[in-house]
Amino acid sequence: MGAPEWLAYFFGAMAVIMTVVNGFLLIGTIFTWMERRVLGRFQSRVGPNRVGPFGILQAIADAVKLLFKEDIVPRRADRLLFNAAPIVILAPSLMALAVVPFGAGSYVADLNIGVLYVVAMGGIASLAVLMAGYASDNKLALFGAMRAVAMLLSYEIPLVMSLLGITVLAGSMSLVDIVGAQDIPFLLVSPLGALIFLIAMSAELNRSPFDVTEAESELVAGYITEYSGMKFGIFYLAEFSNVVLAGALFAILFLDGWNGYFLPSHLWFLVKVFGFLLVASWVRATLPRMRIDQILALAWKYLFPLSMVNLLLLTVETLTWPEPSTLELWMMTGINWVAAFAAIPLLAMVGLRAPGRSRRAFSPEVH
Amino acid sequence: MYGIGIVKGLLVTLKNARRKPFTTQYPEERLEQSPRFRGQEFVWFVDRCTGCASCAKFCPLGIIKIVTDPNGGNGQDGGSYRVDTFDIDQGRCMYCGLCVEACPYDALHMGTNFEASQTSRLDLVITKEDLNAREKHPSTWFRPQLSKQGFDPFGEESKDWHGAGREPVDWHPKRPEMLPDEGDTRSTSDGEYK
Repeated sequence: MGAPEWLAYFFGAMAVIMTVVNGFLLIGTIFTWMERRVLGRFQSRVGPNRVGPFGILQAIADAVKLLFKEDIVPRRADRLLFNAAPIVILAPSLMALAVVPFGAGSYVADLNIGVLYVVAMGGIASLAVLMAGYASDNKLALFGAMRAVAMLLSYEIPLVMSLLGITVLAGSMSLVDIVGAQDIPFLLVSPLGALIFLIAMSAELNRSPFDVTEAESELVAGYITEYSGMKFGIFYLAEFSNVVLAGALFAILFLDGWNGYFLPSHLWFLVKVFGFLLVASWVRATLPRMRIDQILALAWKYLFPLSMVNLLLLTVETLTWPEPSTLELWMMTGINWVAAFAAIPLLAMVGLRAPGRSRRAFSPEVH
Repeated sequence: MYGIGIVKGLLVTLKNARRKPFTTQYPEERLEQSPRFRGQEFVWFVDRCTGCASCAKFCPLGIIKIVTDPNGGNGQDGGSYRVDTFDIDQGRCMYCGLCVEACPYDALHMGTNFEASQTSRLDLVITKEDLNAREKHPSTWFRPQLSKQGFDPFGEESKDWHGAGREPVDWHPKRPEMLPDEGDTRSTSDGEYK
């Protein structure tokens, strides 16, 4: 009565946005605690266990601590960029949520270019990293940012190629349609794609073994060296919620999304996401940090050809069986696993041992 | 083949994850302390101290302040000085124990506590009055006679100054007040217990 119609849409949209964003950030916050606990167990210690039951409120204690810290901006910093960088790094990962289906029928928007949209949002992160590094007026921050951007750009290519393979397989870029197309989880159908996605994603997320951007032993904290207080907190929140987003993407693209047995679809989705997060923590607890040249060599000399092979395989298979039945999907699965076991060592022999220069790209003589 | 090493590494961490954490949850759980722990809160027996200031001289950090007064005692005749000030700045102490080693009369002992944190550095200075008021739970570090007596620094017993020395109690004939009460068990010069 009197109130315009758009107002109803506005409040409805706001309610949905608040729910999705806060729910997502809550899971990201839980993940900060979970990762510290899991890492602790992998290192035979306990991890944070004092704030609340099992230390689950640790993140709140940390947030309070960060809020009360002094907000320092370096004297010669570019204030605008310096202050904008944390927002620019967090906002895209929240925006990417718009197309992520959390359960059967629950998504904000079913964009027909969903995959492209997510990749585009992920690409903004490298801009924020460069902003933070440049604006800090700190050589360590700038070095960290340059490494990060080199790495993010390099790994975006294999990442996108593996996503392209999934798109070809599903015949759609919509994340909802991709889940619908998975009669068999694409983890089985496209093992190479899943592997490339995992490796490239952990580089995109700046996680071990690709965490050179914040290599404490060399660069203090990389591009977040000069940040303190809640801005630092936002960088970390963005980092951790990006991992959750990557987990959601992995669940959607490779683990058949929200589909499962017995449990409600949202719960199944959460189970898959947390499974991914556990594996991510496990890998982080295991692998030592690589050098930046090793990282770039791995991206360009190995993952790039590997993702080409993956895309070629999937394209040919899709052209052969345009509308694959379950049986045909199983046949694809068989072919792809054989191809994966052949291509992984073969391309490693070709790609990682560059002729003429050094025997191996990974050999310690190369500096 | 590539990737095998990563799988092996993952299995190693998985094996560690299945192990019981070896963390000791400190305020609730405690590790067993050695009776020879060189800890905070020195134990000082004013009755044994002659005010010779050896501890202050041997302290590498110079954190022991001792002011003595010959008044009352007869120094020439083997009497003690009166100790007016005996301050130890624990905030700068490194617990090397040289003061304890230097003490000729076994008047100063290391303590066994390690939980003396304060909010001000000034509060870390322990004075004569603090030392006198304290229960005496000396560490057996550099005091073998204590462990020989079976003294437990973590037990209830507050050490009496009579039994804290390595010599027999009648080591100084001119200090008759140091003679023990009847029936006191103590060490003798040949290391035997009476």
